[in-house]
Amino acid sequence: MELFRNTNYDFLGKKWPFIILSLLLTAAGLTSLALKGGPRYGIDFKGGALIRVAFAQRPPVDKVRAVLDAKGLNADVQEVQGKQEDIIGIDLREDRALQAARQNIVGTLTASFGQPANGKYNVNAGGADVLANQLRVPLQNAGIAMNDQQVNDLAANIIGYRTQHSGLIHNLDDLRSVPGVTPQVLNVLKQQLYPDTLAVVGVDQVGPRIGAELQHKAILAVLYALGGMLVYIAFRFEWIYGAAAVVAVFHDTIITIGLFSLFNKEISLTVVAALLTLVGYSMNDTIVTFDRIRENLKLLRREKLEPIINLSVNQTLSRTVLTSGLTLLTALALFLFGGQVLNGFAFALVCGIIVGTYSSVYVAAPILVFFNNFMESQKHPSVAPSAPKPVVPKGPAAQPKAPKQNVRGGTAKVK
Amino acid sequence: MKRNIKIKAVLIVAVILVCIYGIIGVPKSKAELIANWKHNIHLGLDLSGGTQLVMQVQLQDAFKTNADRTIDRIKDELQKDGIQFATIDRNDPNSLETADKIEIDIKGVPVEKSSAFRSTMSDQYPEWILTPLNSTDYKLTMKPTEALKLKQDTMSQFTATIERKINALGLTESSVQPTGRSDAEAELLVQLPGVDDPGHVKQILQTQAVLEWDEVKDGPYNSRDEALAKHGGILPLGTKLVPTATRGGQQGWYLVSRSAIVTGTDIRDSRASQDPTTGRWETGFVLDQQAAKRFENYTANNIGNRAAIVVDGQVISAPTIQSRISDSGRITGATNQEEASDLALNLRAGSLPAGVVYEEERTVGPSLGADSIREGFRAGIAGLLAVIVWMLVYYRRSGINATLALVLNAVILVAALSYFDATLTLPGIAGVILTIGMAVDSNVLIFERIREELRAGKAVVAAVDAGFSKAFGTIIDTHVTTVVSCLFLFIFGTGPVKGFAVTLVIGLVANVFTAVFVSKTIFDWELSGKRQVTALSI
Repeated sequence: MELFRNTNYDFLGKKWPFIILSLLLTAAGLTSLALKGGPRYGIDFKGGALIRVAFAQRPPVDKVRAVLDAKGLNADVQEVQGKQEDIIGIDLREDRALQAARQNIVGTLTASFGQPANGKYNVNAGGADVLANQLRVPLQNAGIAMNDQQVNDLAANIIGYRTQHSGLIHNLDDLRSVPGVTPQVLNVLKQQLYPDTLAVVGVDQVGPRIGAELQHKAILAVLYALGGMLVYIAFRFEWIYGAAAVVAVFHDTIITIGLFSLFNKEISLTVVAALLTLVGYSMNDTIVTFDRIRENLKLLRREKLEPIINLSVNQTLSRTVLTSGLTLLTALALFLFGGQVLNGFAFALVCGIIVGTYSSVYVAAPILVFFNNFMESQKHPSVAPSAPKPVVPKGPAAQPKAPKQNVRGGTAKVK
Repeated sequence: MKRNIKIKAVLIVAVILVCIYGIIGVPKSKAELIANWKHNIHLGLDLSGGTQLVMQVQLQDAFKTNADRTIDRIKDELQKDGIQFATIDRNDPNSLETADKIEIDIKGVPVEKSSAFRSTMSDQYPEWILTPLNSTDYKLTMKPTEALKLKQDTMSQFTATIERKINALGLTESSVQPTGRSDAEAELLVQLPGVDDPGHVKQILQTQAVLEWDEVKDGPYNSRDEALAKHGGILPLGTKLVPTATRGGQQGWYLVSRSAIVTGTDIRDSRASQDPTTGRWETGFVLDQQAAKRFENYTANNIGNRAAIVVDGQVISAPTIQSRISDSGRITGATNQEEASDLALNLRAGSLPAGVVYEEERTVGPSLGADSIREGFRAGIAGLLAVIVWMLVYYRRSGINATLALVLNAVILVAALSYFDATLTLPGIAGVILTIGMAVDSNVLIFERIREELRAGKAVVAAVDAGFSKAFGTIIDTHVTTVVSCLFLFIFGTGPVKGFAVTLVIGLVANVFTAVFVSKTIFDWELSGKRQVTALSI
């Protein structure tokens, strides 16, 4: 099976609409960033806290907001798609205030949506060791002979069951299936424990100083990495190739960050990892194209740069479409089914693969052409690149030679 | 040719075996296989669930303590040498940055004693720099080398204490290490796998557990203002006001001596116990020999006076000394067993030489980690299967080569992570995804090249050779560029960025091996069996 065979599309002939599209996208992204005062950083970068609360039955989000507002707690509540979970964000920088607000929020939610304890221990909070300590004496009192290790195992099994069921035990009767829970044990459990209908399943809290430093370091690392790639490509090809590749990668990153801003998505550390991935991906794609251009420049020394680029893009078209298509497939799977945690990550990948593939042809390659034309016009200041041939053929024998001579200056130099 | 292929095949099989051994060892049963897998593959806290804390050690506390001790020694020394002085005090740096700006001011040293004073100071306190302010007043500042040493000592003492506390809590898989960030010498990263409710742990870790027996000068007062009013607004030299622990909303204040009779570092053992008559929980402690001697002397001379037991800057109790006490004491007032045993744990672990501020806390409940692994894994497998199916449809028999190369790449990557004892985190998985992308790309590049050569009319064997050698240049260029960028990410990036870079580099190296070397060997092996190859399934 073959999709593309000996294609001959004039890619660069239609470059202007795409360059304009690129500029528009970049401008739109930058405008959105400017209007919103920079990217929407997650708490990783700006400091603050995110609390993830799982509910047995999630209350309406308005109600959660109302309850928190009533207590004067300024928090941002988001529902997790496809799950009975809310993410509550606190935008406080100061350590103590943050700590207090966090406790207050969890307390308020438990009071409003949780179950009364009635002197029992909440099986949906804490770890196995605390649970084991809670159960040891009551089990003994109930006349169930279990040694320390057995009690620890029982507690570990119960917590294991909870972990398997998204962090919440709905009903103590569900524990029947857990190894070690006999009817007598279950009786003790019911006397001692109650399952609360909500649980904190995750907390992220970052101080502002660390956040600022992470941001600073991440940007710096990426800039150095781009510099490193530029130098390597310049060494292997020519410096303009390195510059073109880096501009293309930069273009992709800006557009992706712009899209994040347009869709109001947060830039978290995971998203930074995805941005790094897209830098790598886009660079890979650009180099494959460049490699082919270099090879064709050696083979077809008489040809102009633009047709060579067209030829190279056509020759690698099959590969480009296949690779991009396949990786896009994986990224899409991650985006659609990968869950909330990976959502931002997958979004960046999907954008990055599309933009990264396209930028090799319509950002990196045109830069080579423009630079080449510019050098050309510098060498022959009186002659515009599209002007008629400057060498006037003197006789019929000289005619086929003349264009060769003329064009030679137009091919890029190759090491 | 055939011999060559055999050597290559043996090499490949050896690599596969070494990798599989690295991942699962030599399991004898299914349970052992799973156990080995879990032992070899370390999942980061963001995947396995657990808590990560970044604590900033308040080094200025250690500098203040050091200055206070020095002041006490200087006082004794000067008294012994018969050098009078009016006042001696220190400044109060209250941030990490100003910690080493600690300064002791000695005022009112008589002019005629100045040379004796100077020689005493330079002999006895070489770690301090003495600067005269005028003919009678002097300033002591810490030598930069000494300040650096104090910082390092404090950090290592702090780390050791935190480790003891964590071990006492039974969190054996935890780790305490410097965050490794430049200009963050005072930061520690504490990782607690499996802890999804860090409240209790945090409480214990940040409890300084500084236990002091202080001499009670006066009190209790009902408020700070009352205490100040009674002393004309200024506290007597060498004393401090300490609040009592709040009990039932009531808080009192005691005026106590600034330097302690005995401190927490002098404690040998501590246990929680229950008072047999009242049934209340209390924490008993035993002093070490030296401290016991000091304490005995003091109590013998001060029968009838009061001494305050101060824990972390709060007076727990201020009993009247009834008789000579030597080496043990009890701290009463715990409301339950947990409180009493937490205090005992903290006293046993030793006191922290400085306070703590939590800079970062990340908790992933094990269930959230498990859910995100499950979802991500499912999506990843679905994506990968789609890729494999497509490769098989598009490249037919050669698609098998690509699939083998891809699978082997994953195996080598996982094995390398296991051998390097590296931890797989979410950003690491991003590296894996890019690896897979580039691995697919390498195969596609090679196969498309072979197809081109075939179209150009080359014979099968020649086309395969040409395809591989031409694609190889491109593959090297893309891979080396990415490795170069990873190098920079590793040098300049922070934790997550580093994880990404490490996984990616391993994946890329593995990919050059699998997509080029292994795949070519399989082609050669397929082609060498037949005498005349006229068609290739690609």
